[in-house]
Amino acid sequence: MSNNVPAELATVLGRREYAPGFTTDIESETLPPGLDESVIRAISARKKEPEWLLEWRLEAFARWQAMTPPAWSKVQYPPIDYQAISYYSAPRSSDGPKSLDEVDPKLLETYEKLGIPVHERAALAGVAVDMVFDSVSVATTFKQKLADAGVIFSSISEAVQEHPELVRAYLGSVVPSGDNYYAALNSAVFTDGSFVFVPKGVTCPMELSTYFRINERNTGQFERTLIVCEDGASVSYLEGCTAPMRDENQLHAAVVELVALEDASIKYSTVQNWYPGDENGKGGIYNFVTKRGDCRGARSHISWTQVETGSAITWKYPSCILRGDDSIGEFYSVALSHHRQQADTGTKMIHLGRNTRSTIIAKGISAGHGDQTYRGLVRVGPRAEGARNYTQCDSLLIGSDCGAHTLPVVECAHPSARLEHEATTSRIGEDQLHYLRSRGLGEEEAVSMIVNGFCREVFRELPMEFAVEAQALLSVSLEGAVG
Amino acid sequence: MSSLLEISDLHAEVDGTPILKGLSLTLGAGEVHAVMGPNGSGKSTLAQVLSGREDYEVTAGSIRFDGVDLLDMEPEERAIAGLFLGFQYPVEIPGVSNLNLLKAALNARAKARGEEEPAAATLLGRVREAAASLNISNEMLKRGVNEGFSGGEKKRNEILQMLVLEPRLAVLDETDSGLDIDAIRVVSQGINSLRDPQRSVLLITHFQRLLDHITPDRVHILVDGAIQASGGPELAQELEAEGYARYAPQPA
Repeated sequence: MSNNVPAELATVLGRREYAPGFTTDIESETLPPGLDESVIRAISARKKEPEWLLEWRLEAFARWQAMTPPAWSKVQYPPIDYQAISYYSAPRSSDGPKSLDEVDPKLLETYEKLGIPVHERAALAGVAVDMVFDSVSVATTFKQKLADAGVIFSSISEAVQEHPELVRAYLGSVVPSGDNYYAALNSAVFTDGSFVFVPKGVTCPMELSTYFRINERNTGQFERTLIVCEDGASVSYLEGCTAPMRDENQLHAAVVELVALEDASIKYSTVQNWYPGDENGKGGIYNFVTKRGDCRGARSHISWTQVETGSAITWKYPSCILRGDDSIGEFYSVALSHHRQQADTGTKMIHLGRNTRSTIIAKGISAGHGDQTYRGLVRVGPRAEGARNYTQCDSLLIGSDCGAHTLPVVECAHPSARLEHEATTSRIGEDQLHYLRSRGLGEEEAVSMIVNGFCREVFRELPMEFAVEAQALLSVSLEGAVG
Repeated sequence: MSSLLEISDLHAEVDGTPILKGLSLTLGAGEVHAVMGPNGSGKSTLAQVLSGREDYEVTAGSIRFDGVDLLDMEPEERAIAGLFLGFQYPVEIPGVSNLNLLKAALNARAKARGEEEPAAATLLGRVREAAASLNISNEMLKRGVNEGFSGGEKKRNEILQMLVLEPRLAVLDETDSGLDIDAIRVVSQGINSLRDPQRSVLLITHFQRLLDHITPDRVHILVDGAIQASGGPELAQELEAEGYARYAPQPA
């Protein structure tokens, strides 16, 4: 066993008699399956975390143990054996394929269909990217530019080391460790994620993307992201989960917290394409994610845009707490469920401050045996004079075996609030398909064109390159949906 | 002259009800023919069968397009081969702009022919020119296909697509219905501008008024699923005066 292994971790491993044990390289270590306090201590020790963070994790773990998985959603899956999961894995890139030649051709074919540039394909496939392009210099230029602007963008582990006071001040301040079952689990065992801090008055000079970081570190299945914009600061963050995972029914329980102080603005865009499982529902990611933004300051603005095409099950409600007066929350969503995919997704807009405004545009597409639920809450508190919400939920059905459900909840405690809700459900008509085919488009191209048209209001909220990718993704995900 | 479209003894049904009962019609390259008939005579069924609509079942007969068996082809293959249907009731496709649809349609043709996709600027120029001739504004081009269009706007939009796609055979199903006099003139000009020795038009209409603006080479009277009479443009005039009564099927 390597001398690099921290004593605590070695104890755990020794006790569990994990046959393969550690390789000598600390970077490729994997904890054996199972979860108890010692595992959490081991993770924390491995990451050389300060005592307060370990305490925070342990407290979350204690809460989690007293909780039960949420049963209110429409999604169905067999109970998860949390003792069968390994909670720490930091594969070294050299463990992955050495070059694109070694990568599963099917995977490459998918990337090609998506139009992802070769170096990104390589990164997504886990190829050591520096063999393909000079990631070091790219990363360096990019980091220098951000540092010049005073923006901190790093992994959250690094932030814990470099800026513990910032992390401590904001971590768990939006999604408390005991918020819900999966958030509690994440708080106990999170291994990595992103940290962004944009100081007062600074507009982040570039769009930040997880693509940049994927080269550096492989984030785990319990990632934790924290984005803070001080007064007058703004940032656009792109989360690309376009790597189709090869694992079977893997649990992905992430937490994302956004904090916007006075006049700050955060735009968070996600294109999620985790492995959805096969046509019969075998395999696929359980994507149980808690995302919440706190419009803490007056006139702050948080906007979530998500395109959810992957995962076997999506359970996710990116929300905004509109605490500051005149703050704005937005949620633009496209969720697709094909084959046996299940999506229970939506948002919560909690209006606390005066003249707070929120917009919800949710587009659900169901095909095959896919099942889809929009679940939303618009709550107007007793102080939220002049609050306004506009909600629009549209469902598109392809075929006759899929389902769409809309469950909007409104709670209003102020008489001056103005709340609007519109909902439609439509089916791709034979008329529409025939019309496009009679113009020369193949059946699948016709379906994809209709679906993209349906999603246009959401796609136009995405940064350009993401919008292109999202459209391509929808087409790939819908292959075989008709005919 | 070689025939572009040759329909022989065509029988077709919808949901088990026979609609076309032995329709035969031959259309030469460069010709404009009108098919006239009362409601329920099978006019629209003919148009839908030509375009390859799935719910219309051909039970007997044949259709040859430029010497090839049309019934063997998928709707998109027919389109790429040069067949265009101007729909009687064009559908709305929300969020898909007209420009986008035209681009995809032209790209599909280029791909099938192994040609390069037309450059965006070329496409835009071509669409704008055709649109201007039909009084279609740039704003309409950017809107979703037929989204919120009036009946007349939808018909003009069909003609726009026809002009841009330059089909060898345009089948126009009651393109004149729902158009006012001015719109009929604009649409007719559009159709006339397409006429050349290589292109043919099959006008399907209930009324003679469109034929005041487009002089057909031949007129066919369709009643009860079959062509009852064919003749020159004067046949349409007669019909206007006398109605379809004399072509009504005789009681058995």
